[in-house]
Amino acid sequence: MGALGPGAALLYLCLIVGLPVAALADRAATSHFWEAVTSPPARAALELTIELSAVTAAVNVVAGVLLGWVLVRDDFPGKSLVNGVIDLPFALPTIVAGLVLLSLYGPNSPVNVNVAQSRAAVLLAMLFVTLPFVIRAVQPVLLALDEEVEEAGTCLGASGWQNFRMLVWPAIRGATLVGAGLAFARALGEFGSIVLISGNIPFHTQVASVLISGQVESGDTSGAAAVSIVLLVLALVVLAGLELVVRRLARRRG
Amino acid sequence: MASRLLLRFGALGYLVVLLLAPVVMITYRTFEHGVAPVVSALSSPTAHHAIYLSILVTLIAVPLNVAFGLVAGVAIARRRMPAGRAVNLLVNLPFAMSPVVIGLALYTLYGRGGWLGDWLSAHGIQVLFSLPALVLATTFVSLPFVVREVVPVLEEIGTDQEQAAATLGAGSMTTFWRITLPALRWALAYGVVLTAARALGEFGAVSIVSGNIVGQTQTLPLLVEERFRNFDAVGAYSAGFALALISLFIVAAMTVLSRRKEH
Repeated sequence: MGALGPGAALLYLCLIVGLPVAALADRAATSHFWEAVTSPPARAALELTIELSAVTAAVNVVAGVLLGWVLVRDDFPGKSLVNGVIDLPFALPTIVAGLVLLSLYGPNSPVNVNVAQSRAAVLLAMLFVTLPFVIRAVQPVLLALDEEVEEAGTCLGASGWQNFRMLVWPAIRGATLVGAGLAFARALGEFGSIVLISGNIPFHTQVASVLISGQVESGDTSGAAAVSIVLLVLALVVLAGLELVVRRLARRRG
Repeated sequence: MASRLLLRFGALGYLVVLLLAPVVMITYRTFEHGVAPVVSALSSPTAHHAIYLSILVTLIAVPLNVAFGLVAGVAIARRRMPAGRAVNLLVNLPFAMSPVVIGLALYTLYGRGGWLGDWLSAHGIQVLFSLPALVLATTFVSLPFVVREVVPVLEEIGTDQEQAAATLGAGSMTTFWRITLPALRWALAYGVVLTAARALGEFGAVSIVSGNIVGQTQTLPLLVEERFRNFDAVGAYSAGFALALISLFIVAAMTVLSRRKEH
């Protein structure tokens, strides 16, 4: 394809992705940038987003490792079906994810749990959309890990917990970190699943993405762009850090 | 043994509470009053147009990103891409960006006071709040899927077969169609499924640039939101259920294709 192919691909990439992002950065780069980013609602929204994303990542470490381990080491009827539905949050449109959660945990909840318009609702939505990350990162490593090592541990008198801590955890630690980092980055920008269930209450349940959407609606595009740039830089820093982890893991495995 | 059971029920319990029970519940809520309201909610002109628009946008975005994914994938894997690091950053950028931020980026470029917005509107070309904006937003958010599936496979298969074909006199197009593309078919199919899933379900970026004009720029996910906000529960649940059903097929396709991909 000669030089034409790469040239055309580069042009497409610049037109579709590069130019809009440059325009966004340009719109954010005003003398009011810091003012826009540190205004009380923006600060509250950014802090809440970071906090809840961190909690999401932490819960995913526990739940993801547990589910990953059960799906690889355990055996029960319907396991392959369960393994299949893990990807559902990736395939489900985010607005439907929010609706799905509202149908069970919203007003008129059949189980009498109504979390709508609370921080718990935001966390629930973040957990829903990030469910697959840690599981899918941990599974291949566990599959490659020889089960006999754990059996040997048991023969030598190790308890299940000791086995996990000393044999399994060191092997899956890196993959878990990568999965948790991806979950964190995803939760930072999540919008569709949160917008209906959070109630968008400033200083209480308003996350950064919902704030940005509101700012656009009220015509404050430079304020929205400033908050957007903070969100984007944060996610890029996390993903760059993960890249380093992945490279170190690859080197160790040789 | 007891602890093993405990772990199993803990893990499955989390899955039921977070994912399965809500999905069952939306199915129940959708058909709570029978099938007839669902059918009528999905056959209104508004719903028909939203379904048509979502499919149309997907049918434009997927081929664009497949073409880009193949050309860029080959160039990246064969180290023929100029500015490799910058390209890598740009390709992965859509994954790092909130959909809302992507929408806003397009809004600032094509809107009033934007680099292209004023020039385009002076020439009578409307981008925001019309089909081009929906296509641009959807293409942006779903851009990485095909490239990222294709590059590792290309790196793994190497260039031996392609060079052999070239030695035997095959032109570069023949080599691509008969050697490279067949080797990529499962990875490509997987990438297409992911791209289509994302395109059909995209909400955040589209909600910023579409203007959500009923019967004109309202896609199916936007319809779900609008109906929910207008207290039309059956309407929202019906459209949401239709999208969820599509996702189930997509997950099934992902499961089958990821198995094929590994062999």
